[in-house]
Amino acid sequence: MTDSQVKTTNIITESYQDLSARNWKRYFSFSTDHKVIGIQYLVTSFIFFLIGGIFAMVIRGELITPEADLVDRTFYNGMFTMHGTIMLFLWTFPSLVGLANYLVPIMIGAKDMAFPRLNAAAFWMVPIVGTLMMASFFVPSGSAQSGWWSYPPVSLQNPTGQLITGQFLWILAVAISGVSSIMGAVNIVTTVVKMRAPGMTFFRMPIFVWAVFSAQIIQLFGLPALTAGAVMLLFDLTVGTSFFDPSQGGNPILFQHFFWFYSHPAVYVIILPIFGIFSEIFPVYSRKPLFGYKIVAISSLLIAAVSGLVWVHHMYASGTPGWMRMLFMLSTMCVSVPTGIKVFAWVATIWGGKLRLNTAMLFAMGALIMFIFAGVTGIMLSAVPVDIHVNNTYFVVGHFHYVLYGTVTMGMYAAIYHWFPKMTGRMYYESWGQVHFWLAFIGTNLNFLPMHPLGLQGMLRRVASYDPEYTFWNVLASLGAFLLGMSTLPFIVNMVSSWIQGPIAPSNPWRAIGLEWLIASPPPVENFEDTPIIVSEPYSYGKSDPLVSNLEGVLGHHE
Amino acid sequence: MKPRNIVFIVAYAIALTGISLWMGQLSYSWFPPQASAESLLIDKLFAFLVTLGTFIFLGITGVMIYSVVFQRATKYDFSDGPHIEGNVTLEVVWTAIPILLVFWLAGYSYYIYDQMAIRGPMEMMHLSMGHGDTTTAVEEQPTEEIEVISKQWAWVFRYPKSNVTSTELHLPANHRIKLALTSEDVLHGLYIPAFRVKQDIVPNETIDFEFTPIKEGTYRLRDSQFSGTYFATMQTNVVVESPEDYQTWLAEAKKRKPSPAYNQAAAEYSEHTQRTFKTGWPTVIPADPPVVNYSKNESPLSPL
Ligand code: HEM
Ligand SMILES: [Cu+2]
Ligand SMILES: [Cu+2]
Repeated sequence: MTDSQVKTTNIITESYQDLSARNWKRYFSFSTDHKVIGIQYLVTSFIFFLIGGIFAMVIRGELITPEADLVDRTFYNGMFTMHGTIMLFLWTFPSLVGLANYLVPIMIGAKDMAFPRLNAAAFWMVPIVGTLMMASFFVPSGSAQSGWWSYPPVSLQNPTGQLITGQFLWILAVAISGVSSIMGAVNIVTTVVKMRAPGMTFFRMPIFVWAVFSAQIIQLFGLPALTAGAVMLLFDLTVGTSFFDPSQGGNPILFQHFFWFYSHPAVYVIILPIFGIFSEIFPVYSRKPLFGYKIVAISSLLIAAVSGLVWVHHMYASGTPGWMRMLFMLSTMCVSVPTGIKVFAWVATIWGGKLRLNTAMLFAMGALIMFIFAGVTGIMLSAVPVDIHVNNTYFVVGHFHYVLYGTVTMGMYAAIYHWFPKMTGRMYYESWGQVHFWLAFIGTNLNFLPMHPLGLQGMLRRVASYDPEYTFWNVLASLGAFLLGMSTLPFIVNMVSSWIQGPIAPSNPWRAIGLEWLIASPPPVENFEDTPIIVSEPYSYGKSDPLVSNLEGVLGHHE
Repeated sequence: MKPRNIVFIVAYAIALTGISLWMGQLSYSWFPPQASAESLLIDKLFAFLVTLGTFIFLGITGVMIYSVVFQRATKYDFSDGPHIEGNVTLEVVWTAIPILLVFWLAGYSYYIYDQMAIRGPMEMMHLSMGHGDTTTAVEEQPTEEIEVISKQWAWVFRYPKSNVTSTELHLPANHRIKLALTSEDVLHGLYIPAFRVKQDIVPNETIDFEFTPIKEGTYRLRDSQFSGTYFATMQTNVVVESPEDYQTWLAEAKKRKPSPAYNQAAAEYSEHTQRTFKTGWPTVIPADPPVVNYSKNESPLSPL
């Protein structure tokens, strides 16, 4: 970046600061500004993250002793079902869509999303989904209790005999969240294809955009399967059809195919944007270009493509014949190729750089380390003989929490710290951020590492009580969980106080390269005064090419 | 590259290899006892994956930690790092390595799976996966066929030849066992951690499942597929004994009069539970305690 560019971009535009401070009410309104919607998503999903976290504390509280003595078994089952569902459908998906909403239009030089009203409508379905989920605690049957998979026949058992049960509300909520996600996906894909500024070719897009784009394509082909499965399940539950009900000749395994055909790719919908975040953060804080930009971009699409061919690895131990097990073992292992390429690219980006360990960089590096660990255990799980032993045990729970907490949630924290100054116009307190990181990093490992030996020794997931021989590792895991629960406190304090009274942020506090860093913090309503004309590659650290040819116009300094 | 660096890299690789091999050996101690022929194979595959995984994990994180320690920007250094966008040779090598690894891993896993020769569902219709030589001298053809009935929340084992029913699974050591798995209500899963074997049980289907216990002792059998409220209580013992003891047990059990077995789910359901927090949400009523020849009224304390 040239010196003059740094100077121009560091102009603090006071008027926008005032605008955001006075106008906090717009976050509670039906706004069609993609930035407002992005923040609405982020804040809403974070509230659900806290609720899901409290449920996790109940689960770990129950599991600190072998007996089922804290809550009754029905409530325990409700806890892990709702924990899993909330964490996936009300935390990871919406928070990542929120981030994409905020960043993608700016990163490609657009003034808004392609369909702003659709965007707002998609967001407002999220609180509806959340309300339905929470309402299920107050119906006589209690909340859904059959796990976030809701495999029939357990999910079809209805001891109350009533129509409106927790399970009913659960299916309804999941279906609505599916509709919301499809609306979001259509919008984001269209925006990336149609709204790019002049000069913003596909191979000049930041990797975050590539990653979000690939992830949302998965939503388009995957979600219809889940939604169909959910609707069929709803019919079985309410009007007595028998798609999946074996007592009437239905086939419960069919549901598993419907479910995993979407829900496996769904993990890539979650993880791909995190890969995008890594790809944005490592270059900035290493001050080097992203290594192998093109191959990293393409590997996102490859992951999306392969992800559609691996769903049966969740069903190795179910009614799956040997040849199918072998076929899906191979396809599953293949995912490690594009993933390995990415990991290599990030490490090569960091290598030989000039590292600055800000909170965002710490979170990204911590998340990458835990992702590599999760990748190693993931390969173990993909090998059929090993999976036959550890399937449905705590080994799996440990593995996917290294993905979902260690990588996705930590990666999300990295993103929030990195873009916080841009979104709010304020700086956060670095030392609080560092405290948050260390608590979270230690807590995550203490919480989820012990789950691996537990699983290898045969402790099953979803049990409310267990044999005493498993006590030791469970106590460790529970202590880690409480530490992890506590780790969110410095984060909340930091974010709230910084947003209200933190130091005013310059437009580019990290000296990063990217369209979002050219404009004021927080960005003005339509992002750019004139549409930017992009003239160079992203991540050109160590070079002094300008990013756009009409910087003055973009910022609105017509002289 | 400077010779000093090459020496350093080689030394690092050797150290890594040593640590990885050691971890692989250590991994055998992370499991329950090896009580079936299958467990020998699975543990071997797992140890191999641990060795490889340790190498990869430490290899990559080692590089990252090195950067963090030695490649930090100094306080007033605001300059950029070198502008390196890529390196074709490196990228090709780094793409080729995972591809080769994938085929190696998949091939090896297939080889192990083939030796296990678990008869999953519908095996007869598909690839015939013959037996390789398992590491122990065990019979090829199943000698013992046992019916397994699972329900919410109890296990019942039926020995058709001797017309014995039991809530405890007794097996003769070093004989290939064939189970016929059925469920009366929902999905259950048969899982014996010491044997490393697991198979879901699907209502309306009878799934044949084979394995070979090789070590005498008492082990736990658990339900591996979430099956509702009292899921966690759906466990029982597996007793592997010498063929003589096994025959004695069968003969003795046969003489006993069928009587209701202890069932934890039924017991918990009827008893007034003492919990800090109670919702009283309705639940599927546990099936009546199974009536069997042989049962053990034990509390679920178990060896690993
Ligand atoms: C303090 C943090 C957390 C703790 C202590 C925790 C703990 C647990 C435990 C113990 C289970 C197993 C429940 C069971 O199988 O009986 C579980 C399940 C699960 N967790 Fe978490 N978790 C945490 C955070 C997260 C996050 C951040 C996510 C996702 C982003 C997540 C997603 C899930 C999912 C999908 C399940 C599966 C639920 C099911 O089996 O139906 N968890 N969690
Ligand atoms: Cu999967
Ligand atoms: Cu069961």
